[in-house]
Amino acid sequence: MPTHKLSLLGKVVLYILLAFFAFQFAMPFLWMLSTALKPLEETMTVPPTWIPSAFQWRNFSEAIASMGDFWRYAGNTLYVASMSVVGSVLSSALAAYGFSRIEWRGRDKVFFLCLATMMIPFPVIMVPTYALFRELDWINTFKALYIPFFLGNAFNIFLLRQFFLSIPRSITDAARIDGCGELRIFFQIILPLSKSALLVVALFTFMHSWNDFFAPFIFINDQDNYTLALGLQAFQSRAGGSEWHYLMAASTIIILPLIVLFFFTQKTFIQGITATGGK
Amino acid sequence: MTPIERSRVAKGLLFISPWILGFLAFALYPLLVTAYLSFTDYSVLAPPVFIGTENYRELFTDLDFRKAIFNTAFFAALSVPLTAVMACLLAVLLNFQARGRSFFRTAFFLPSLVPMVCLGVIWRWLLNGEVGLINQFLLPFAEGINLLLGTQLDTPAWLEDPGFTKIGLAITSVWGLGHAMVIFLAGLQEAPVELYEAAELDGAGFWAKLKSVTLPMLSPYILFNLIMGLIASFQVFAVPFVMMDGANEPPGGPGGSMLFAATYIYLSAFADWKMGYACAMALIFFLLVVALTITLMKLSERRVHYAAKS
Repeated sequence: MPTHKLSLLGKVVLYILLAFFAFQFAMPFLWMLSTALKPLEETMTVPPTWIPSAFQWRNFSEAIASMGDFWRYAGNTLYVASMSVVGSVLSSALAAYGFSRIEWRGRDKVFFLCLATMMIPFPVIMVPTYALFRELDWINTFKALYIPFFLGNAFNIFLLRQFFLSIPRSITDAARIDGCGELRIFFQIILPLSKSALLVVALFTFMHSWNDFFAPFIFINDQDNYTLALGLQAFQSRAGGSEWHYLMAASTIIILPLIVLFFFTQKTFIQGITATGGK
Repeated sequence: MTPIERSRVAKGLLFISPWILGFLAFALYPLLVTAYLSFTDYSVLAPPVFIGTENYRELFTDLDFRKAIFNTAFFAALSVPLTAVMACLLAVLLNFQARGRSFFRTAFFLPSLVPMVCLGVIWRWLLNGEVGLINQFLLPFAEGINLLLGTQLDTPAWLEDPGFTKIGLAITSVWGLGHAMVIFLAGLQEAPVELYEAAELDGAGFWAKLKSVTLPMLSPYILFNLIMGLIASFQVFAVPFVMMDGANEPPGGPGGSMLFAATYIYLSAFADWKMGYACAMALIFFLLVVALTITLMKLSERRVHYAAKS
């Protein structure tokens, strides 16, 4: 709950500040949309116009057409993101169970090690990883992008462990006395109780995978296997400095699904971020 | 260990086995190999050749490497505090009782959803020197100052002037402060009302409450956001690469002002195919990150206040 009550003057100041910052934060989006709908010659006028003289909706279809094989990139991105979600939810949930619902000697030390891996920046390990994927013939394949998610992810494990720890022991103790195995407890009791936390992991992984640039940039060179991020980067380096209306239209199309997804899952999403912070 | 203990260890290890595999394949193994390759000449096409400490000797005289470390540190020192302060400020504003809070929260949060490449493309457009929106906003101010003071101020060439590129980049990271803000907001809402009431009874005003109640209660969240911010800003790659049009122009930007650690490691490994050299850089970079994170944690140990868990 908010903890401060304000006087009338305070409220006026508060709303002025909120509106000021809200405009600052919305401005890049508004400008992106405005540019995306303008004819090319109108994008570079001085002073700028916010409302296009004619709403040029065909910019969107033309941007899609000139970006390369847009729908293929979208399909690739969706495939990689879905596989990453499946892998991440499954493997992170298993590991989080082992780190929370079973007590074993050395567990917390190993968990600390798990957390410490979050400190390893991707550029530090990318050369050996590239060499490894090359050995495995995974360069230019989607495996290079989603297989790592099948092997747990420290951030997601941390998040799920927090959640599993909050489930009362009494719930699983009864099942244990009845002779239930750990795997059955995991699948039939813990997972169904953790739907919201699993959704958070799925959402985060999906967004991460949709957004990722560095790894696909290094592991994927074949245009047929481009993700949307790679396609947009290639498009902007071809069209950069000129076709801003297309670039903004393409950016809008790539951002839009994420914003829609966010609006449908807002509550879960915010709770998920909150669960990872502090302590 | 008793048999029961042993079976528990076995069960635990079985459950975490996916992570163990991941740890071995994508953390321990690459770290060790990075360390080994840093002593070799390696181009991925031929097997590595051991050359002792030559890569390191070359690194110490490599001005570009120094530049990359400096740029990375400078960018982190600029963007991490700026983002944290702004995120905290917005969270404080959102924490007041006011109608429309969720609307404003969403407005501040949405930019953090924008993919890196889109972020780079959008800001490359906004920061355009001649027709970019930012400079068109700034122009009247610059002209007004010139008129009043007779100066010759011009709007910054954000993407071309080495003195401004990193500031432009820092602005883009402030735009994406959503996650940090949500975490601060959670921290603010956890501070018990009784603490504020007690402080008010003692005659504390706004600043006194901020200093002795809000900040101590918020300190674990500040530490978390600082560490996450540091780790993210040390890895900065995609946004400057896109903003500088790294596929056509030098990805290091004008005067190498956007040459960051990740950029230089990438260039050495995948443009020059000097993978051994890249690994030496990566290792030094990694040690710096670890040292800094540990220092930050140690320094804050005394200052961070963890409320007793109820």
